[in-house]
Amino acid sequence: MTYLHHFVFGVYPYIGLAIFLFGSLVRFEREQYTWKSDSSQLIDRRLLRAGSYLFHIGVLGVFAGHLVGLLTPLAVWDALGVSHGAKQLLAMVAGGIFGGMGLIGALILIYRRFSSERLRAITTWRDKLTLGWITVTLILGLSTIFVSKDHLDGHMMTLFMEWAQRIVTFRGDAANYIVDAPGIFKLHIFMGMTLFVIFPFTRLVHVWSGFGAAGYVTRAWQLVRPRG
Amino acid sequence: MKIRAQVAMVLNLDKCIGCHTCSVTCKNVWTSRDGVEYAWFNNVETKPGIGYPKEWENQKKWKGGWKRLPNGKLEPRQGGKLRILASMFANPNLPEIDDYYEPFTFDYDRLQNAPEVETPPTARPVSVITGKKMDKINWGPNWEDDLGGEFAKRSKDQLFEDVQKEMYSTFENTFMMYLPRLCEHCLNPACVASCPSGSVYKREDDGIVLVDQDKCRGWRMCVSGCPYKKIYYNWQSGKAEKCTFCFPRIEGGQPTVCSESCVGRIRYLGVILYDADRIEAAASVADEKDLYKAQLQVFLDPHSDAIIEEARRQGIPDSWLTAAQKSPVYKMAMEWKVAFPLHPEYRTLPMVWYIPPLSPIQSAAERGLMNQKGLLPDVSEMRIPVKYLANLLTAGDEAPVLSALERMLAMRVYMRGKSVHGSEDLEVLKQVGLTQAQVEDMYKIMAIANYEDRFVIPSSHKEEVEDSFNDKAACGFTFGNGCSGGTSPQGLFGTRKEGSVIFVDMPKSRKNKAEV
Repeated sequence: MTYLHHFVFGVYPYIGLAIFLFGSLVRFEREQYTWKSDSSQLIDRRLLRAGSYLFHIGVLGVFAGHLVGLLTPLAVWDALGVSHGAKQLLAMVAGGIFGGMGLIGALILIYRRFSSERLRAITTWRDKLTLGWITVTLILGLSTIFVSKDHLDGHMMTLFMEWAQRIVTFRGDAANYIVDAPGIFKLHIFMGMTLFVIFPFTRLVHVWSGFGAAGYVTRAWQLVRPRG
Repeated sequence: MKIRAQVAMVLNLDKCIGCHTCSVTCKNVWTSRDGVEYAWFNNVETKPGIGYPKEWENQKKWKGGWKRLPNGKLEPRQGGKLRILASMFANPNLPEIDDYYEPFTFDYDRLQNAPEVETPPTARPVSVITGKKMDKINWGPNWEDDLGGEFAKRSKDQLFEDVQKEMYSTFENTFMMYLPRLCEHCLNPACVASCPSGSVYKREDDGIVLVDQDKCRGWRMCVSGCPYKKIYYNWQSGKAEKCTFCFPRIEGGQPTVCSESCVGRIRYLGVILYDADRIEAAASVADEKDLYKAQLQVFLDPHSDAIIEEARRQGIPDSWLTAAQKSPVYKMAMEWKVAFPLHPEYRTLPMVWYIPPLSPIQSAAERGLMNQKGLLPDVSEMRIPVKYLANLLTAGDEAPVLSALERMLAMRVYMRGKSVHGSEDLEVLKQVGLTQAQVEDMYKIMAIANYEDRFVIPSSHKEEVEDSFNDKAACGFTFGNGCSGGTSPQGLFGTRKEGSVIFVDMPKSRKNKAEV
């Protein structure tokens, strides 16, 4: 059990990140034709607006929340005068709102996809895997709120922060910090890390391009390609 | 002055017989693939009608093209850059597949495999999307062919604006014309401006607008940005695709497939020189009715010594300058003023132009049923209302369309006099402001329309940038990875790239000029 724990929370994060980064790079370089958002709006626009906006805003909000919440050193929060309990509450409320939006959006998108004959016909197993995986991860993440409400002092949360920060700073003992964490947290973290593993092999790569599209704001309207 | 050349097209609607040969040959060459069964890079519509996709001309509904802001700047009608970025999750202005039509095939196997039955077996339609049998085909790429359907539905046509359309609903007064449509390869393309990933671009050499299939991310903003609805979303590959102006043929000096195969010989291809620095001003003139004339002022005279000298200095090859001088497109648009842009009010400065159709009035005129205007029958009494044509070609300004129709009529009167009665009627030419030499040239190019007069296409000078040794045994035109050596210049593993890059990415300095 300890071996498995150390593998999943001490080694697997690095395997996942490596596949995520190198996989994205190789796909971008060698198979860019397959790099796309893979929209199905043309085939059926019903419910897409509500589902897609809720889902994307929710998931992007949750992603940003995890990034800031887990990776900002405790010293910074202390300097800002945010107590651990307050931060725990903030994480639960913000995570609940954005996670809830994401989950409602995901459920709308799943319903949309499987209630339409045309969409069902063009849906690939990769689409099912991606949408299903994110939905389960969201459900697990939202469930942790009910566990967290039993330790509002935030000590559990600080352990996860310590774990994440030790992972990204390559200190070997990270997994030790969350040995005693409740199983639902561990499952949520595992699902979340695996999302990065499937990322380069699914339409998820369009997330990179979504952020990349920010360059559009400063671009000229017209693009003319001159001869080489 | 920044001189560029473009291979532009003119379609003579007066001669289009609506046979769809252009559409079918184009489909066979370019869109007989999965995901674009529903897409017709070239299609022919019967007007009046709502067209393909449904009501494409209704920009209140689809928000295509540009709008002029109060400060005189242009912005895509679907919104500014932030609005476009915010719409990426779900594009509010994207047509759905049913706005085109559900692509279908037929169960042909049934014709051969049916067991012995009392009635002859039929091939039922099968949806290409679901693979299931369809009860009924509800719409197709040319549902309104030759005035198919009820007038009440067809007359939703936007071109009826300011026309008393009820009177054309009766059988005796009805009228129709054909409108073949393809990508306009605009000077101010709204699709290029709408693309958040910068994958749609215009080629500096010949003005062809293409989608970089590798860089396209399927955000779909170009589909809604194009007011002509001539960019299509490939629902299989997830990429935008559009008319390529048959660039591999144009590069070799050959006409596009739609032009080559046109049995009515209605299509013309020729070089137009234009001043790229004047595009922005021309596209943003205040009054929509001035847009046609503003676009004429972007074009440059290939017979002017000063222009020729400057064009040479800017690196335009001599073969292109000679071609520009012989260009049938230039003659029709600039010298005879018989060709017009399609919907100039979209502010895209389109480069596929149209000669308006004369209605069959000869017999009516001979029986004295039409009023005369000077020596010619009054063209404003034609079956097709001039306002209707003006709404299509000049943002509603009737004067240029009337003048073009009169010139075409005068050409007929003059040539008829010359070849039937043996007398040259110079008075009629004076009435429409054409010289004898001009009208005979018009007759040669527009009526006889020999191959070499219709298509004056200089081959591209690829040899200037291409290392043909690298191209030996290289890939032809492929979709996807093919045998690509990768995207970055060096390759992921430092491998040397095969082949040459003919059109390079736009330099950063110019790309970042964030104005219109």
